[in-house]
Amino acid sequence: MKVIAAMSGGVDSAVAAARAVEAGHEVIGVHLALAANPQKYRSGARGCCTIEDSHDARRAADVIGIPFYIWDMAEEFHDGVVEDFLAEYAAGRTPNPCLRCNEKIKFAAVLDRARAMGFDGVVTGHYARTEIGVHGKTLHRAVDHSKDQSYVLSVLTREQIDGAIFPLGDTTKVDIRVEAESRGLAVAQKPDSHDICFVPSGDNAGWLRDRLGSDVGPIVDQSGTKIGEHKGAYTYTIGQRKGLGLTVPTADGSPRFVLKIEPITNTVVVGAREELAITSMRGERPVWCGPEVTTTPTLGFVQIRAHGAALECTYYLENGQLIAELDSPLFGLATGQAMVIYDGDRVVGSATICETA
Amino acid sequence: MSIYLDHAATTPMVDVAINAMVTQLSELGNPSSLHSHGRATRKTLEDAREVIAKEVDCLPTEVIFTASGTEANNIALKGLYWAGRADGKKLVVISAIEHHAILDPAHWLLTHEGAEVIHLPVTPDGVIDLVFFKKLIDDRGPEIAVLSIMHANNETGVIQPIAEVVRIAGQIPVHIDAVQSFKKTPLSFSALGVIAMTLSAHKIGGPLGIGALILRRTVEIPSLLHGGGQEREIRSGTLNAPSIIGFAAAASSAHYPVREITDLRDRFILGVHEVLPDAIVNGVRADRLPGIVNVTFPRTQSDTLLLLMDGAGVSCSTGSACSAGVHEASHVLLAMGHTEVTAQSSLRFSFGATSTPADCDFVLSVLPGVIARGRAANSV
Repeated sequence: MKVIAAMSGGVDSAVAAARAVEAGHEVIGVHLALAANPQKYRSGARGCCTIEDSHDARRAADVIGIPFYIWDMAEEFHDGVVEDFLAEYAAGRTPNPCLRCNEKIKFAAVLDRARAMGFDGVVTGHYARTEIGVHGKTLHRAVDHSKDQSYVLSVLTREQIDGAIFPLGDTTKVDIRVEAESRGLAVAQKPDSHDICFVPSGDNAGWLRDRLGSDVGPIVDQSGTKIGEHKGAYTYTIGQRKGLGLTVPTADGSPRFVLKIEPITNTVVVGAREELAITSMRGERPVWCGPEVTTTPTLGFVQIRAHGAALECTYYLENGQLIAELDSPLFGLATGQAMVIYDGDRVVGSATICETA
Repeated sequence: MSIYLDHAATTPMVDVAINAMVTQLSELGNPSSLHSHGRATRKTLEDAREVIAKEVDCLPTEVIFTASGTEANNIALKGLYWAGRADGKKLVVISAIEHHAILDPAHWLLTHEGAEVIHLPVTPDGVIDLVFFKKLIDDRGPEIAVLSIMHANNETGVIQPIAEVVRIAGQIPVHIDAVQSFKKTPLSFSALGVIAMTLSAHKIGGPLGIGALILRRTVEIPSLLHGGGQEREIRSGTLNAPSIIGFAAAASSAHYPVREITDLRDRFILGVHEVLPDAIVNGVRADRLPGIVNVTFPRTQSDTLLLLMDGAGVSCSTGSACSAGVHEASHVLLAMGHTEVTAQSSLRFSFGATSTPADCDFVLSVLPGVIARGRAANSV
């Protein structure tokens, strides 16, 4: 096949591109320029948007021996990922920008452009696997569960999965670094990127404050009594306990947790841990990575964080929304996150959490 | 199949230059040394200087060797500005279509050295606007420290009316960047009457990493590099004898087949119009270098086209600069009246001494498919 290898400048995408070449594909490396004004150098290990990263990617492509190009996706990234991230926080939800980037950039803008140019698919360094079975090509967890990225890929449609190649799903990260070394790739020991690539300082709250302002608002208990103040409700997360700065203790001295964020009144509601317990969740805009989920209740697992645990549940479709009922209660679940349903290690689909109970 | 149509970026070294360089690489001696080894190297090096002087019709002492055309441009623009500023002149005039090796030093003079910079506009054909220029000289001539215009543009090949510029400029020091035009169109330093002129070896079949500033012998300017005082104390640093000798060998013996390359260019343009009637050849009505063709393919993006051309076995270029590898709209095409969108839909094809009619025909055969895919990708 003729494929585009998305190369961030990191070790994973470099090895993925090399493996794609070995698998017999005709590979062209592409680095996505996602920042309108990229920094020259990385600060710490963060980011995949610096000029230094694009040099690393180019060097890896040259060592592998494939053509290399840079695609300017800064506008698409800003509109589809950064703006969405801000809007979600402003609405009191907790978004996952990596998931949005996969949905709107890597397997949409890039894959569409690649297909129009006559390519068959996109290779990435994600830790995930695909299998071809009775349901066609399906998405599965990586062998290395600690690095598994199937959660952030769960927004891909079947058509997108058809055009996706994940060469690293059968290997552990440790072995990928060893392999990179033996392939002579200088990025073999480059630190993993983490946090959010467009927040280079790593200070998420500060970054949000610069853009959303820091309007002072009340922190109230469940009866509505004001017990403190905050500087921007969006900097809080459901289930958060630390950093609330409350001076009025509870009657029994038990700790308080963030229960609710109300963006319109700029209010943060706090209360006891038990109040955080939920046993069901509802997700909107579901996407199916394989056969569609029906109204028939089915046993499976739901995962609500990128590297969170898979929780036993019963899932089904109701009025076009995805419902998951948990076997045991869960404490602290923010809306805006993705609920991803697994059937064993197969990704069934995902939806954006809009309601919990 | 692998076709090279990017000779304006760099062109193959000619055998005489390679041989001359290889021979010199095994010779010992710093040309500044007084002993027999130094004298031997100096003799060969000064022979080379005389060869280059003869090629561009200047005095040997007017040839100042540099490590690149970029360096020569920087020495000329900054040096002439500083010299003029000492006389109270703070205006730097360049054209809007200069290479970044003039644009960026001019901008630096603006931000760091108190210069005012004026960019001369060009006509839709890419030739500087002489009416505007004449008025500028009439209005502000005495304030101008330096005037820098490229002899031929690297993206479009359009040749600028330097003789006319010099006539209008009168006593104002004129520098020209002749990197693209050297050996491709007649070039006489003394006949043009300019003060300074930039050359580069690797565009004419010489080695990379060597260029020259031709600077009139009576002109004294501050230097950028201070040290051993070589090259009239304008460019210190041990002279790169093998590269200089390779440069001179290419300058004196490389044959640039003007007629054949012009025919190839015109064959290509005809062919492009035949297979893609909506393609626009930029600067087509102006006097141009034989080897450069710049074409706008509406409803495409040049970075997509480059990838597809590469995939089809054709090396060409946009001719414009990259920022972090992201292609920006060419300032040259923008100055000629293109929009950001059409400027970013353009490719430069540049022919050289090794180009053949078969190269031209092969590119024409893959072009329709590449453009069709480029258009499909542009519409998703």
